[in-house]
Amino acid sequence: MSRPKNQNYKGHGLSKGKEREQGAPIRFKTALMNTLMDVLRHRPGWVEVKDEGEWDFYWCDVSWLRENFDHTYMDEHVRISHFRNHYELTRKNYMVKNLKRFRKQLEREAGKLEAAKCDFFPKTFELPSEYHLFVEEFRKNPGITWIMKPVARSQGKGIFLFRRLKDIMDWRKDTRNSDDQKDDIPVENYVAQRYIENPYLIGGRKFDLRVYVLVMSYIPLRAWLYRDGFARFSNTRFTLNSIDDQYVHLTNVAVQKTSPDYHPKKGSKWMLQRFRQYLASKHGPQAVETLFRDMDNIFIKSLQSVQKVIISDKHCFELYGYDILIDQDLKPWLLEVNASPSLTASSQEDYELKTCLLEDTLHVVDMEARLTGREKRVGGFDLMWNDGPVSRDEGPPDLSGMGNFVTNTHLGCVNDRKKQLRQLFCSLQVQKKASN
Amino acid sequence: MLQEESDLSLIIAQIVQKLKGSNLYSQLERQAWASLQRPEIKLESLKEDIKEFFKISGWEKKLQNAVYSELSVFPLPSHPAAPPEHLKEPLVYMRKAQGSWEKRILKSLNSMCTELSIPLARKRPVGEQKELLNKWNEMGTDEPDLSLFRPVYAPKDFLEVLINLRNPNYENGDSLSFRTHLGLIQVPLKVKDIPELKECFVELGLNTGQLGIDDSTQVPPELFENEHVRIGQKVLAEQDSAAAQQYIRQGSPTALRAELWALILNISSEPEDVLYYEQLKTNVIQHDLLVDSLIYKDVKLTASNDDYYFVFEDYLYQVLLCFSRDTSVLSHFAYNSASPPKSYIRGKLGLEEYAVFYPPNGVIPFHGFSMYVAPLCFLYHEPSKLYQIFREMYVRFFFRLHSISSHPSGIVSLCLLFETLLQTYLPQLFYHLREIGAQPLRISFKWMVRAFSGYLATDQLLLLWDRILGYNSLEILAGDAQK
Repeated sequence: MSRPKNQNYKGHGLSKGKEREQGAPIRFKTALMNTLMDVLRHRPGWVEVKDEGEWDFYWCDVSWLRENFDHTYMDEHVRISHFRNHYELTRKNYMVKNLKRFRKQLEREAGKLEAAKCDFFPKTFELPSEYHLFVEEFRKNPGITWIMKPVARSQGKGIFLFRRLKDIMDWRKDTRNSDDQKDDIPVENYVAQRYIENPYLIGGRKFDLRVYVLVMSYIPLRAWLYRDGFARFSNTRFTLNSIDDQYVHLTNVAVQKTSPDYHPKKGSKWMLQRFRQYLASKHGPQAVETLFRDMDNIFIKSLQSVQKVIISDKHCFELYGYDILIDQDLKPWLLEVNASPSLTASSQEDYELKTCLLEDTLHVVDMEARLTGREKRVGGFDLMWNDGPVSRDEGPPDLSGMGNFVTNTHLGCVNDRKKQLRQLFCSLQVQKKASN
Repeated sequence: MLQEESDLSLIIAQIVQKLKGSNLYSQLERQAWASLQRPEIKLESLKEDIKEFFKISGWEKKLQNAVYSELSVFPLPSHPAAPPEHLKEPLVYMRKAQGSWEKRILKSLNSMCTELSIPLARKRPVGEQKELLNKWNEMGTDEPDLSLFRPVYAPKDFLEVLINLRNPNYENGDSLSFRTHLGLIQVPLKVKDIPELKECFVELGLNTGQLGIDDSTQVPPELFENEHVRIGQKVLAEQDSAAAQQYIRQGSPTALRAELWALILNISSEPEDVLYYEQLKTNVIQHDLLVDSLIYKDVKLTASNDDYYFVFEDYLYQVLLCFSRDTSVLSHFAYNSASPPKSYIRGKLGLEEYAVFYPPNGVIPFHGFSMYVAPLCFLYHEPSKLYQIFREMYVRFFFRLHSISSHPSGIVSLCLLFETLLQTYLPQLFYHLREIGAQPLRISFKWMVRAFSGYLATDQLLLLWDRILGYNSLEILAGDAQK
C-alpha cells in the first residue's frame, strides 16, 4: 500500500510490510484516460481507487514521479510504471552521453568490432555545452543537413532542420533575447544531430517505426519485446529540397495531424507485420532477418548502456516506445526512446494494438502472481534479454557459440496472443493444482 | 482426327502470325544472325545447329513462354464460320444485355460531361504540362475539386443489371421444385459443382501442401515449406512459364512472388517496354481526359482511405492514367463481350470517320477500379513494370469481372457458381439470409467484382491471386466467397 506524501508514515502495525492477500482486489490508480483506463477497468479483480486512496498499482505520469516517488513508501507487492531516473535513457542528451560512455567501455573491453555495434545513433552533440565540438564536426562535413531537437519536449515540438551555421546563430540570438526579456523561461538544452538524408522510402514517403520494449528490471536486466508495433508515415513525399517543411520530415502523428494533407481516417500507419511482409517481398527474407537482428541489437545495447545508472527498484517497470528510422541500406538508426509512449488510439486497428499491448504488459507485471517466472513468452511479449541473451525454443541448437545465435524475438511476426495466453494460463492452473 | 489436326495447324498458324509482329521475333532473328559467327554453327547443318544454340542459350525457353502466353488467352476452338461477335460472346441475349449496359454507361458519362461543361478531352497548355511533369511522382498531393464528379457506376448498379438478365428461350415454369435456383441470378449457365471443382482444382486438396496453411508457425518448415521454396527457386532459374503456373497453384513464397508472376504473365521489361510506358506518360502530360478526374476521384475514395494501400497512392495515378491512354488494350476486346465506347468529334455525330474510342483504351473506370492495381504495388516498384503487370492482369482476368458474358470465368458464371454452391452445401445459411432479406449475393458481389482487393488482408489476397494465375481462371473467387 502507499501513503501519500502529506501523511506522516508511522508504521501502523498491521499494514507494515504486509503482503497483499491473495484474492483481494487489486487497487489501481491512473491519471490517464483512453486505452489504459479501458484495459484496467476490464481486468477481472481490479478496482479503481481515486484521489488519496491507497493503491497496489499505479500507472503514473512522469511529473508525479518526479515529485512524489522519493517520499512514497511501497509495500513489496506494489508496482509503479516508471523508474525513478528513466530520463537517463529517454532524454536525448543523457541517452547520448550514456551511449558514448558505454561505447568507449566496450571498445576497451571487447575491441573495436564490438564497439561498432553501438553505431546506431547519428552523430549527436549537446548544445550549448558541446558547441565547439559540434562546430568542428560541422566544418568537417560541409553541406550536410543537421536536425536540432529540444532535449525534453515531445510530439515533434521545437524541432527544426538546418544546413548553415548561420541558421543556428540566429536561433541562439533569439533564445538569448527572449531570456533577457522574461526570466521565467528556462534555458533549454538542445541536441544537434546529423540528419539521415537517405531514409528508406515507401511510396515516396518517409516513415519511422514505433516498437515497444517492456523492462521489468535493470539489475538483472530483464526486457521483453512486443511483436506488434507500427510504421508512421509522413503525409507528404520526401525531398531534401524543403528543409523548412516540417510535415515532410517529422513523422510524429502529432505533427502530421496538423498537416493540410492529413486525413484522420487514414491514420497514416502500417502495422509492423505489413511492413515486414513488404520488405520481405522486396528484399528477400535474409535481408529482413538481418535488419530485425540489428534492431534487437539497438534495444539491448541501449538498455545495457544505462543499466548501471538507472536506480533499479523492484517496484518499478517501464514500457518504452522506441523510435527507429531505417535508411536505404536497410540500416536501422535509433532516434529516441520514450518513457511515456502515446496510448491514445488513432484508429480501430490502433486501439486494438494498444489495448492488447497493455493487457499483455499487465500479464507480465503479474500482480495476480500467476506466472512461474520462467516463461519466455507471454501473449505478444517475447523475453528478449534475461541477464543474458534468450534463445528461441525451436530451430537448430546453437553449437558454435555466439555465431548462429537466434534470439527469442519475433518483431513483426504473427501475434497469436489469445491462443498463447489461453494455453499458458491453462497450464499454469494445472501446475498449481498439481503442486497443492 | 483430320479435323483436330487442321484445327491445330490453324491455331499454330494464328499464333505464329501473332508472334511475327512481336519484339521477340526480331530478337530471335538478331540472335540467329549473330550466332552465325559462332564456331559450332556449320553451314551443312545450319537449321539443327541454330536450334541447338537456341536451346542452350535459353531463347527456346523464351519462345515457349511466349507461345504458352498466347495459348492462355487463346479462345476455345469454335466453328470456323462463326462471326467475330461469337468470339466475344456466343449468346445473343448476353450480347444484347452488354450492349444496352454500355449505352447506359456512355450516356451517364456524356451527361456528366455536359452538366459540368467539361470536354471529354483537351490539350493541356504548356504551363500545365510542365507543372504536371514536375509533380509526376507525387500526384497524390494534388487536391483538385472533385466534388462534382461522381463515379460512372458502382458494382451494385452492375448487380442490378445482372439480376434482370433473362434468357428469352428459357421457360422456367412457375412451379417450385427441388431444382429451382433461389438466388438472384436467373440464367441457365453451366457451372461446375463440387466434384468437378475438386477435379479441376486438384492441387488445392487436403492432401497437398499449401502456402498460407502449411507454412504456419505450428508446422515445422521441413515438412513442406522448405522444399516448396527450393522448387520455386528452381522454376525461376529455368525461366519456364508453364512450370511456374503449375507451381504457383500451391501458393508462392513471398520473396519469389514478384518474379513468378512476371514469368507466368510473360513480362520481361525490355527497353522497348519502358519506352512504351514513357510514351504513354507523355500522352498523359499533353492531354487531359475527363476520365482522369474519375480516376482521381476513385483513388481518393477507395485506395487512399485504405489502411494498407494509402501509401501507394502516387503509383496508382501513374499506372491508371497511362492505362487509359493505352490503345494496345483495345486488342483484348476481340475476346471480351464488351466493346469500347465510341465518341464522335464535335459536330460529326454518327459519322464513322470521325469516331474515336473513348477513353483511348476503351475501358471506363468504375467505383473501386483502382483497387485492381493497389495490391500489385506491394510487389512491383518500378512504374513501367508495375504497369505491364497490371495491364496483363487486366486483359487476362479482371475485364471478366465487369462485363456480361457466358464465359465460365465471367462474373455472371461466378455469381451463379457462388449461389449454387451456397444453396447446395449450406442451405440453412442460404435460407436464413434470404429470410432476413439479405440475399447472399448482394453481400459477396462486391468482393468478387474487386477480386477481393480491399476485403482481404494483403498476404491472403496475394495467395488468392496466386491461384488465379495458377489455374488461369477466376472460379476460385466464387469458391472463396462461399467460404
